[in-house]
Amino acid sequence: MAEIATRMGPLDGRSLATNAVVIEAARPASRIALRAPSASLAALSLALGVDLPDRPKSAASRGTRHAFWLGPDEWLIIDEDRTDLNVACRGAEVLHSCVDVSHRNTAILVSGARVEDVLSAGCPQDLSLEAFPVGACSRTVLGKIEIVLYRTAEDDFRIEVWRSFSDYAFTLLTEAARDLSS
Amino acid sequence: MLLIRCPYCQEERPELEFRHAGEAHVVRPHNIADISDEEFEAFFFHRANPKGITHERWRHVHGCGRFFNAVRDTVSDRFVTTYKAGEPKPALEEHKA
Ligand SMILES: [Zn+2]
Repeated sequence: MAEIATRMGPLDGRSLATNAVVIEAARPASRIALRAPSASLAALSLALGVDLPDRPKSAASRGTRHAFWLGPDEWLIIDEDRTDLNVACRGAEVLHSCVDVSHRNTAILVSGARVEDVLSAGCPQDLSLEAFPVGACSRTVLGKIEIVLYRTAEDDFRIEVWRSFSDYAFTLLTEAARDLSS
Repeated sequence: MLLIRCPYCQEERPELEFRHAGEAHVVRPHNIADISDEEFEAFFFHRANPKGITHERWRHVHGCGRFFNAVRDTVSDRFVTTYKAGEPKPALEEHKA
């Protein structure tokens, strides 16, 4: 019988549901770190099938694919369908750098009525809807680590976090959630 | 916590996302191999360190990643203004309280 290797996610099987929030591991996704000058954006947007945002703290989505503005020439692209994004970028014959970071990051989904309070236990940004509206996205900090925070709905956030930091992030969030519900 | 306006993100962001990066507008000599030890010492080690208005480099290291410059008052610890890397020192008259 053939032996089959099973890939384990760093947060597999972990979740917490309280009356304040639900915290769970996101399903695997493909990701690239993309750097490009503004002259390359049109061709890259066409190749990736999503308009690369050029406004600070913004994101763009089409289907399972999301493009997060991280800096003036830097984006994090993720695809929840695990399409090879480096192959997609090959369609754009313009100056750019794309590095596959699918397994560098993992993601945590946090949702619920007290989601802003739970995130604010570790994130110093103003997460009110006025300052951080639905669709906003930002690289920032959570406690002692760096994250990319994306608001998918009023009470729903996605946290992109480096794989080796994910246990710290998940534990910080669950501790905060327990504090709120006790 | 200080709120620092990043000229690239175009909004005030918490101090924890930033890192200080020394005095701004220190120009590295193009002929660095030819200058005297005294000239190198002046470029490499000597800083203005004023009491009052100073120009500093900062990096939005946990945000957009960009270096930028700030005018800061070392007495009040206030950020007077921030501006993009490569831009000239802003005229200060308009910022004097
Ligand atoms: Zn910034």
